[in-house]
Amino acid sequence: MTGPGAAAPRNRLAMAGARATTQAMLRDQPRGDVIRNAVFAGLLLLAILIALAGLLALLIQAFTQGASALSTDLFTNPPSTAFPEKAGFRTAIIGSLELIAGVILFVVPVGIGAAIYLEEYADKSKWWNRLIEVNIQNLAAVPSIIYGILGLAFIVRGPLDLGFILAAGSLTLALLVLPMVIIAAREAIRAVPDSIRQGSLALGATQWQTIRSQVLPASIPGIATGVILAVSRALGETAPLLLVGATVFVTFDPTPFSPDGYSALPVQIFNYAVRPQEEFQALAAAGIIVMLGVLLAMNSFAIWLRNRYEQRW
Amino acid sequence: MTRDESRTGTGREAREAAAERAAISVRPEFQHSTGSGSREKVFEMKGIDVLYGGVAAVKGISMDIHRNDVTAMIGPSGCGKSTLLRCLNRMNDLIPSAEVRGELLYHGEDLYGPAVDPVQVRKLIGMVFQKPNPFPKSIYDNVAFGPRILGRKDDLDATVEKALRGAALWDEVKDRLDSNAFGLSGGQQQRLCIARCIAVEPDTILMDEPCSALDPISTGKIEDLMIDLKQEFSIVIVTHNMQQAARVSDRTAFLMVELDADEDNRWGRLVEYDETEKVFTNPSDRRTEDYVSGKVG
Repeated sequence: MTGPGAAAPRNRLAMAGARATTQAMLRDQPRGDVIRNAVFAGLLLLAILIALAGLLALLIQAFTQGASALSTDLFTNPPSTAFPEKAGFRTAIIGSLELIAGVILFVVPVGIGAAIYLEEYADKSKWWNRLIEVNIQNLAAVPSIIYGILGLAFIVRGPLDLGFILAAGSLTLALLVLPMVIIAAREAIRAVPDSIRQGSLALGATQWQTIRSQVLPASIPGIATGVILAVSRALGETAPLLLVGATVFVTFDPTPFSPDGYSALPVQIFNYAVRPQEEFQALAAAGIIVMLGVLLAMNSFAIWLRNRYEQRW
Repeated sequence: MTRDESRTGTGREAREAAAERAAISVRPEFQHSTGSGSREKVFEMKGIDVLYGGVAAVKGISMDIHRNDVTAMIGPSGCGKSTLLRCLNRMNDLIPSAEVRGELLYHGEDLYGPAVDPVQVRKLIGMVFQKPNPFPKSIYDNVAFGPRILGRKDDLDATVEKALRGAALWDEVKDRLDSNAFGLSGGQQQRLCIARCIAVEPDTILMDEPCSALDPISTGKIEDLMIDLKQEFSIVIVTHNMQQAARVSDRTAFLMVELDADEDNRWGRLVEYDETEKVFTNPSDRRTEDYVSGKVG
């Protein structure tokens, strides 16, 4: 056994060695790592710049072209093919409002109902329930033109045979955004912790009382956010509407069940944009500004709603 | 300490330690006569097994729970005490794979009989959970929820006040009944959950480790509350805190984990069930003694 005195110089030596190693490791970050870091940070920044550049180009284009045509007349004047200076979007805006009103009427009860069934009642160990889940995820990714064909075959003609009326367009758009609403509502319902359900059931509440009085009120902010986002998607859709009758150039205010045809804001923009005259091009650009404004307002409202009322557990 | 003096032999020190704990914590005003044998039984369990997906979580539990007692269930983690508690108000029904075997009588009625509706069961047998789980509503609406769903809407204000007083919370919240329950402290939230439970006027209250998420002062308040509440209700409490069982309960059941020969499966088994004082000072089973004295945990 060596005494404490003999161990001391060796200890000192060992500590000095360890310190030198540590210092070397702390100082010398490999050069390759530094470069790789910088390159990837640059690439990621580029990605977001590309995304923003597209949006910026759209905004600049719309504003430079459409600024001259922007006025309150846009909202009050009906469309016209002959007099671009008097033409507006009145009937298209009314058509769009009626369309989304119909979408909300359909999508809220059906979407929330489906979400409640899937979250609260469906036995996930059964294959058919899992199949439904996968299908809803897939439906949300189906191109909108497919829903247009579906609407034409089953709603305008076929089993429902409604004809080319505004309600048929509403129903088609509702089917299109229904999967979005179901998915958003399911997430909101799933966010309600089980302890709330158990607390309610332990008081002798039935499952339905628990859902109605506890789960739904707690998940309404999330559901509302999902509905607003879905409606703003429906508002911007053009392709399915072209198939179910919104192609008519209407100069009168549309009503939901009138067989005289209807129009919608994006369809009207399309109608103006394909005309050769410069004035109509400006009108189309002004329509785009109006629509962007509405969409931005709706999405902002959805975000505000979520932040304001979201329940933190 | 006097009751311990005559003891000698192995494990004496351990016993003394346990006895000291019990002696400190069982306050004289809370001690009362128990186990007369003639008292009314609330629950009679006869050979209860609980299985999850065909695998037993507890096996062969037989015990009676008496009216106006605080009955404690203690034991190490995984011994199935919460599982057993959840049988008593059929909360296990919410887990699709759960299965209860054996006979469980509630005031002489088969709790798992074919005509019994679990929703009705839970109106009579309330439950307080481990983590306070107030509803995201006002204090008033939390308490009023139970009476409302039962259709007892007459004089709701009085019902709410009575329940909050019963849970020793009224003085703290009477000026802010309309504010959100999430603004209360953890201990207040748990007392709110107790108030919510007694507003339904149950016959029995089950408590699943009600103080495990609370600080000592809040725990003390809830323990005092249990002693008060047993005048009116029968209380079954699951706790992993032995001192708590010693402080509040009249009878204590000790459950233990049992392994099969290959140690593949484990389940809970009732080792000892007796008056609390006896379980803590003079247990008849060696395993109980080891547990209450802190030799095994």
